Amino acid sequence: MKQTFVVSTYLALKEIWRSRGRFLLVSLVIALITLLVLFIAALGEGLGNGNREYIAKLDGELLVYQAKADFLIAASRLDTARVDEVRQVAGVADAGMIGMASATLILDGDEDPLKVALLGIEPGHVGEPPVVTGRQLAAEDADEVIIDRNTAIRTGLAEGDTLTLRVTQGTEDAFFTLTIVGVSDGRQYSLQPAIFAPFLTWDRVRPQSAAELNFAGATANVIAVRPVDPNTVETLRQDIEAQVDKVDVATLKEAIQALPGYSAQQSTLNTQGGFTLFIGILVIGGFFQIQILQKVSQIGVLKAIGTSNPIVAWASVIQIVVITVVGVAIGGLLTFLFSLFFPPTVPIVFNGTTSAIALVALLLIGPAGGLVSIRYAVRIEPLKALGLN
Amino acid sequence: MNHTTHTTYALETRAVIKKYQADAGTVFAVNDVSLHVAAGEFVALVGPSGSGKTTMLSMLAALLKPSSGQILLDGTDLAGMSDAERVVMRREKIGFTFQANNLVPYLSAVENVELMLRLNQRLDKAGKLRARELLARLGLGERLNNLPGQMSGGQQQRVAIARALIHNPSLVLADEPTASLDTERAYQVVETFAGLIHEQQRAGIMVTHDLRMCEYVDRVIQMRDGKLVKIYTERDEIMRLAKGSRD
Repeated sequence: MKQTFVVSTYLALKEIWRSRGRFLLVSLVIALITLLVLFIAALGEGLGNGNREYIAKLDGELLVYQAKADFLIAASRLDTARVDEVRQVAGVADAGMIGMASATLILDGDEDPLKVALLGIEPGHVGEPPVVTGRQLAAEDADEVIIDRNTAIRTGLAEGDTLTLRVTQGTEDAFFTLTIVGVSDGRQYSLQPAIFAPFLTWDRVRPQSAAELNFAGATANVIAVRPVDPNTVETLRQDIEAQVDKVDVATLKEAIQALPGYSAQQSTLNTQGGFTLFIGILVIGGFFQIQILQKVSQIGVLKAIGTSNPIVAWASVIQIVVITVVGVAIGGLLTFLFSLFFPPTVPIVFNGTTSAIALVALLLIGPAGGLVSIRYAVRIEPLKALGLN
Repeated sequence: MNHTTHTTYALETRAVIKKYQADAGTVFAVNDVSLHVAAGEFVALVGPSGSGKTTMLSMLAALLKPSSGQILLDGTDLAGMSDAERVVMRREKIGFTFQANNLVPYLSAVENVELMLRLNQRLDKAGKLRARELLARLGLGERLNNLPGQMSGGQQQRVAIARALIHNPSLVLADEPTASLDTERAYQVVETFAGLIHEQQRAGIMVTHDLRMCEYVDRVIQMRDGKLVKIYTERDEIMRLAKGSRD
């Protein structure tokens, strides 16, 4: 076995080295496929992350929605009394109201206004993001906000600055000036950079219809819940649904899947990634099949002088693996270099796990694509290959 | 499995038959051929197209199984061997040169020759030295590191001869070794081949349609319609055959 491996490695590497131009071209094709697959994976991760980042990073386990809202945040309305009811349920460590809206951030000079997610949270409760710089929000109705890292990068704003939000209230544009007291890590929501205001401030500055302007009570969209024991999430969910009227409770995972367009977006990108891998298998398989067809007489000579089938097969496997590894390495390097020059507005995130899965899949497509050609090489009859039959 | 039978020859065939089923009935490509070749003897196998000489060569090379009969190489019967056993025989006991496309194109001249030692796990310092010496004797001392594509047809044939001999096989086979060479190169190649077979005491068989090449062989075996029809053993007869063809 060792001898088989030694001789097949020798033959495989000699051929690669002596025909390095041809093999490098195939590696470059694999590198381009790698680039494409990694970018699709990163785009999927980036888009998914842009949609779910705030929800995924919540310091809770459950989200409470209005009953029959189909876990749609925008369709769910919960009055402020509900949060007290949720807090009363045994097993709830903390609960916080969250209101979600959009606003336009007016920037200085000629810069285009920036669409942002305007999130109302209760200071000191679940839903308030921890700040990286500055301080947490102080009071329910203070004219202050926390901005997330994406807002800070795209606007250059920092704690201590003031910002101006434009929203539509009734039929008029309304402008609100708020002070930034802290900057959190990335917490995008609905693919928009986020601004977090105290709940009552949020309720005052958010876009509202004329009818809402005349309505005295504040309403949240959802309530985030942190359990006392994270292992009893399912029980707690049932308890909340039993003890609080007209609510549905979702885990964060379910809440993310229910985000508008999230599942469709991810499945589209996963399908694209899958098809790219499939095309990779066809391209690599096609190349090695053509190469074997060109080498029939050469393999015939090798077999006629006593080279065994395992040596012929292993030599093909080793060539496929080497070429794939080189291609994937070049592709990975190219992806890394390209990623350095992407602006923050492009939703691309290179997540370690997603990239690793994509890389393993890419490393497997070479051998998968080459299987047919290896089988063909093993079945070459030296008599026929040499024209002796 | 033990396939050993006593024989005084390096190669001996006994009543070898190779038959195929065709639309018109059974075709005997080789029909009851018995022959023998001693160590140090160089034999030409001649005959017109379809005479069965290539089929015979394929069976002697352990590439094809006979329908019946025995092929004894150093007393071991190739006919009863499995595919894997025949691969080992080809690697260890047989040297083979083909008409064309003889060499592995991505290995240099010396690497092509060393390949036989590699396959037999005998590539040591002495083996490497012997490969270089053999190529030098064949006039390729300056071409050791050339790839096949950088050599002429005659040079490639000489590399193939070195490869066929380097692992000290019992039997050396050559299939039309001069087919792609001009006359002068053809004589040089066959003369060198014959010299090495005599010197190294191998049993050598050359299939050729070019009777002029017979002047370097010890015996000529003529086949027709799958049968062995005549064996030329006398030097005068052989030279007349070769010269007659040349004239």
